[in-house]
Amino acid sequence: MSTENKNTIPCRKMFTDTLVELAKKDKDIVAVTTDARGSVTLDRFANELPEQFVELGIAEQNAVGVAAGLTSAGKKTFVCGPACFYVARSLEQVKVDVAYSANPVKILGVSGGVSYGALGFSHHSLHDIAVLRTFPGMHIVLPCDIYQTKKLVEELVDYPYPVYIRVGRNAVPNVYENENPEFKIGKANLLLEGDDLTIIGTGETVYHCLEAGKKLHAQGIKARVIDMHTLKPFDKEIIEKAARETGKIITVEEHSISGGLGGAVSEIVSQSVPVPMRILGIPDENAIHGTALEIFNHYGIDTEGIIKKAITFYNS
Amino acid sequence: MLKANKQTISALQLKAEEIRRKVLNIVYTSKAGHIGGSLSSVDMETALYFHIMNIDPKKPDMEGRDRFILSKGHSVEALYAVLSSAGFFDEELLKTYGQFNSKLAGHPTKKIPGVELNSGALGHGLSVGVGLSIAAKMDKKLYCTYVLMGDGEQGEGSIYEAAMSASHYKLDNLIAIIDRNKLQISGKTEDVMSLEPMRDRWEAFGWEVFEIDGNNISEIVETFENMDDTNTKPKLIISHTIKGCGVSYMEKVAKWHHGVPNEEQYKEAIAEIDERIKNLKA
Repeated sequence: MSTENKNTIPCRKMFTDTLVELAKKDKDIVAVTTDARGSVTLDRFANELPEQFVELGIAEQNAVGVAAGLTSAGKKTFVCGPACFYVARSLEQVKVDVAYSANPVKILGVSGGVSYGALGFSHHSLHDIAVLRTFPGMHIVLPCDIYQTKKLVEELVDYPYPVYIRVGRNAVPNVYENENPEFKIGKANLLLEGDDLTIIGTGETVYHCLEAGKKLHAQGIKARVIDMHTLKPFDKEIIEKAARETGKIITVEEHSISGGLGGAVSEIVSQSVPVPMRILGIPDENAIHGTALEIFNHYGIDTEGIIKKAITFYNS
Repeated sequence: MLKANKQTISALQLKAEEIRRKVLNIVYTSKAGHIGGSLSSVDMETALYFHIMNIDPKKPDMEGRDRFILSKGHSVEALYAVLSSAGFFDEELLKTYGQFNSKLAGHPTKKIPGVELNSGALGHGLSVGVGLSIAAKMDKKLYCTYVLMGDGEQGEGSIYEAAMSASHYKLDNLIAIIDRNKLQISGKTEDVMSLEPMRDRWEAFGWEVFEIDGNNISEIVETFENMDDTNTKPKLIISHTIKGCGVSYMEKVAKWHHGVPNEEQYKEAIAEIDERIKNLKA
């Protein structure tokens, strides 16, 4: 695994570039957006495939409903825009027209979590996992780097369920050195072996979990690290195994500490393999303003914060 | 679609009355439902399913079929009665409406053949209709999408997002209908939140607007038959109707939005409908 910060391509760009290539060969792939072609990086799609591109202006509710209609008519629809709007403003359309109506729309929420850190709470999406987890039939994926994002898009095109995908705004370091990493929706990846405790991340926190895991190993604490890219359906087996074999679990998420990754893990272990847990994320407050990394650092969900928490937890 | 002659109109009128009878039975048996808005929209749905739309009840997923979205999902009793009468599912199922674990939910569900969208939350159907219509244009298919909305539903802002996009994309294959029965759950629509001038508003959004008596089968059929394709505008029919139409004591009374008749009222309603059925058969 390479963890050098060499990558300069944001996941959203990898997502849309991959989608353009697939859409050139499959005329049923349609991209829908809401005056967000710049934010999403859909300009190339719009310019090269105008017949497969639907611009709806600043109207997220309509966009999700239209995406459901397109999908109902057989299109492979990707509705794309800032995560903060799609899982708030248009939440009822996601619930009724997409999830309840079983229309396998793919909702790409870009600049999720605290990517828009300095813009304030209106632009943060720290509730999306908690809410969407409760919609029957809705699947949720947070890829952690560009290579995983590429694999994800390839799987999504013909994936028969509605999926919410959250990616960040800025380029993030590669977690996987292989351009073609093992990836399957619903199947978590074990990144680092270890028996002393388990660190589980999702999306952009995975890199920090892995870095922390390596440094802990160097200090003699054998941390296991898991990339939980899919929040639903949830890979229960890997969690139960980790609980049984390591006895302690730390979850790390760019999300409210309520109802997200930590909530999902604790729902499982508390009922089958009870072990002590620590849930790292954004507390119940309007997140502080700053760059994403500053915010990660402030709330202790970066490499340094995870290491500190893991040492205390391990020794407790 | 063959142009309707007098016999066709009479047959549709008879069908509409039989469907009203079914709606009454569904609501009376289950002691639930939204009867007022179901009865106001029966004539429109009957005309669509038995004359206007290209559908095949034996192949509900038929390629190229016309689509119908009941955006005012609470009027589902009319839709279920129409779908079962058209042969989409066995009429026996209607008896289970409102019962524990019935397939017939209190708002449209795709578990029922012929239902295109799970609806119930208002202000959603037109956007989905826009999506279906854009897809038809992309695929160069000729099917039309019909979206039936309530007039109280017009309070939902998302409808106007959809209205804007329909004219932007020149969706002349999209026909929206407002069941303008002038009442909503709390009273007169104009008292709750004024919706007029409805026609001007929709024309300003770039739609071609028709205003008709939506409880007159002949006028409904004529409107659809005379819709020309000389412009690229999406079409809106303001279907002026009577809430509770066909049961005199329910007509224009807001409490019948979701009222349930007692035995005496039920018998009175059925007698009224049966009298009309008898006359139409004669």
